[in-house]
This record gives sequence, C-alpha cells and structure tokens, in this order.
Amino acid sequence: MREVHVRLITDEVERMCIHSNKHLSKDVVTCLEKMKDEETWPSAKDILELIIQNAETASNTHVPMCQDTGLVVVFLEVGQEVQFKGGYIEDAINEGVRRGYDKGQLRKSVVRDPLTRENTGDNTPCIIHHKIVKGDKVKLTVIPKGFGSENMSRIYMLKPSQGVQGVIESVLETVEIAGPNPCPPIVVGVGIGGTFEKAALLAKKALIRPLGSSNEDSYYAQLEETILNKVNDLGIGPQGFGGKTTALKVHIETAPTHIAGLPVAINIGCHAYRHMEVTI
Amino acid sequence: MKKIQTPLTKEILSTLEVGEKILLSGVIYTGRDAAHKRLIKSLEDNKNAPFQLEGQLIYYVGPTPTPEGAIIGSAGPTTSYRMDEFTPTLLDKGILGTVGKGKRSDYVIESIKNNGAVYFAAVGGTAALMAECVKKCEVIAYEDLGTEAIRRLEVEDMPLIVAVSSKGEDYYKLGRKNYLEMKSR
Repeated sequence: MREVHVRLITDEVERMCIHSNKHLSKDVVTCLEKMKDEETWPSAKDILELIIQNAETASNTHVPMCQDTGLVVVFLEVGQEVQFKGGYIEDAINEGVRRGYDKGQLRKSVVRDPLTRENTGDNTPCIIHHKIVKGDKVKLTVIPKGFGSENMSRIYMLKPSQGVQGVIESVLETVEIAGPNPCPPIVVGVGIGGTFEKAALLAKKALIRPLGSSNEDSYYAQLEETILNKVNDLGIGPQGFGGKTTALKVHIETAPTHIAGLPVAINIGCHAYRHMEVTI
Repeated sequence: MKKIQTPLTKEILSTLEVGEKILLSGVIYTGRDAAHKRLIKSLEDNKNAPFQLEGQLIYYVGPTPTPEGAIIGSAGPTTSYRMDEFTPTLLDKGILGTVGKGKRSDYVIESIKNNGAVYFAAVGGTAALMAECVKKCEVIAYEDLGTEAIRRLEVEDMPLIVAVSSKGEDYYKLGRKNYLEMKSR
C-alpha cells in the first residue's frame, strides 16, 4: 500500500480552487482566439475580444475572471493500492475548498439548505464524485461550476428508437432554451447511456476533458463535430446577440445502458471553462 | 459611443436604440435574488426602500469579496430572468434601468415599454473588466446577505449594450435574426 497524507489533498484542492478561478487555461484561451478569428459577425467578434481581454485582466491582476466562482465539483480517482492517512478524505477536500475560497477571496455561493437558503459562508460542502481505480495514484480534478450555465442543463429519457437523431435534437433543444443565459460561447457536455443519474454524471465528466479533446471512439468524435456545427448554425452567438460562435466545443461521454432506455443528459459550461487536475 | 449619466431620465432613454453600445457613469445600486425578495416585501409592507427608486438603475451582481486595497471584487452581471417576477413592480415605483445578462420575459419587456425604461446587458463573465469601472462601493442595506447585500456603486464608463429599448425592442431576438438573415443571403 502507498500511504498518502490527506494534507496533500487539502493543499492541492486549495491551490486549484484559487488558480482555476483566476487563470483561464491555455486550451480555452487558444480556442476562444481561434473562434474569434473565424467569427464574421462584428458584434460577436467584439464580445469575444472582451471575453479574451477579461481573462487577461483576471490573470494579470489575480482577481476571479467571473464573480460566480462556482460550486466546486471534485472528481476523485483513487488507486486501490492507496491508503489515506491523517484524516477523512472528504473532510480534507472540503478543507481545501474552505481555505481556497477564503485565501483566494472567491465568492461563497453555497447555501446549507436548498429552501431555507442560509449561506454556509465558506463555499462548502463541495460535490465529490469518487472512483476506485487500479494502481497507487490519486487523481484530483476540480471544477468551480457556475450556475448561470448549470441552471440551463437538462436530462432526457429517450426511447431507444429515437437513436442518434433523438440525441441531436435533445442537445439542440437544450441549447435553444438556454439561449443567452449560460454565457455563450458555451461548452456542451453530453452524457449518453447508463441510467438517469449516470447520464448526468457522464455529462459532467464530459466537461472535465481538456477543451477540444475528441472522444476516443471515432464514431462519437464525429458526432461531437456534427453536433457542434448544428449548435453553431443556431446563430445564438456570444451572449445571445447573434453570431456563429454559440459553442466552443461539444464533448460526449457514453456508457452501456438498458435495452429499454436511452438516457441523454446535457450539462452546459460557460465560456469561463474552469477545470484543473493533478495526479499525486 | 454614447455616454449616459445616472440618474436616468425617460427623455435620455428614449434616444437609445436597441443593440446600441453605451458607456454608463454615475451612481447605481446592486441587487440580486435575495435582495429583490426583501426589497419587494418591504414595499408591500409600505416601508421605505433603502434607496430612492426614482430614476435609478439596478445592477444584478453578487461580487466576489473585495481584495485589500481594492474597491470591489470581480463584478460581472448575473442572469436576469430570476429577477423578472420583481421587475415590473420596481419599474412602476420609478426604477428606470436594470443591468444583467440574458433574456427577459414578455411581461417584463411590456413593463419596460410602458414605463419608458431600458434593460441593459453587460457581457456575462467579464467580471474583472466590469470591476475596473467601479470607482466607489458601499453596502447600504441587507448587509447580512453578504454578496447579495444592496451596494451603492459609483461607476465610470461601464460598457453596456441596450438589450431592451424603451420602445420594447429586444436585441436578443433582433441580433440573432439579423445575423441569420445575413448568413442566408
């Protein structure tokens, strides 16, 4: 067994919460710049330019690129040869979020109860998804998820006969209803298969991929391109004021499912596509 | 680019075209979900609002904490539709402008038109740039709401887009329509 002290986990979560909120990663900036160059609609080009400028300002002045610094979602992959020591892993992760949001002067947006809505004051608890994997490493992925885009996400329980056409229509309907609200250009995470909750988790997982990485299966890589083109043909554009650049990328993740079902979940990410990972 | 100064007047707002870019300066007030709920409740209870509503503008924002030595933290617009149910009441009471991002409901657009008001959009997510336009910031009500407290801001040259004009024209519909027409030609 390899021992990993949970203090390391706290430190990494703290660092990633702060860094990801203030520095847009290179994959996203490169994609935004490419889309700006390709955009032909003047007002859309202006808005993309402002978005890029904002990311530069945030990075140079060490302030968050968006005031919605999100509800933190953590994907935790633990090798089965790992033994945590020094405390409970979930407490360690939440401590990292607490410190990160305090030190980084990030907005605390979490309420303790969904109806009585008292702010917890430290942006915890975060959402943690665990997976036990082979080996002796720990992989941590942190996504501060803003709710302008999260609120626009949807799930569909399609009939198997609706097939790929049904998937495409579900994504287009979701993006159409979302319109300007999720701060386009968006990133569209699509989860296909599994069960009701698995599809939603796959859609979120699709949002932690480096921007523009393709699905390993060439059929789905092609489908990602097809849906991206159709989404951009909607003409919603940056901020919803018209233009080609409605989405930066579409990422699809899939899982086996039941003979009777075709769950499809669509999780939308905004242009402040924040995600960071580290392997310990 | 046209420069607009608060307090707003119906005369000035009537000159603004939908889709027009403007630079806003002067005093504005912040408020989002929880503050709106409380503000409307106090109006229903016939209590005074924490600030004089006539001719004022509400910016839907919940800023990040203010770093030491800074005036305000990051301060971009939040999605406006969540405030829709409260907006007509506030417009009827004298508010003339709102700033946020995203579409408004038809009944809000109707109320904007009836009151000769305007809905401005700021570019969602550009919170670091928006913060640079804020020259003064003071919490004036509902301090317990933290980021959602009502703040009085003094802003200079805040870049905004006329999203719904005083004539009730909606740039979220028009901008996209114009783009799609251009594309199909």
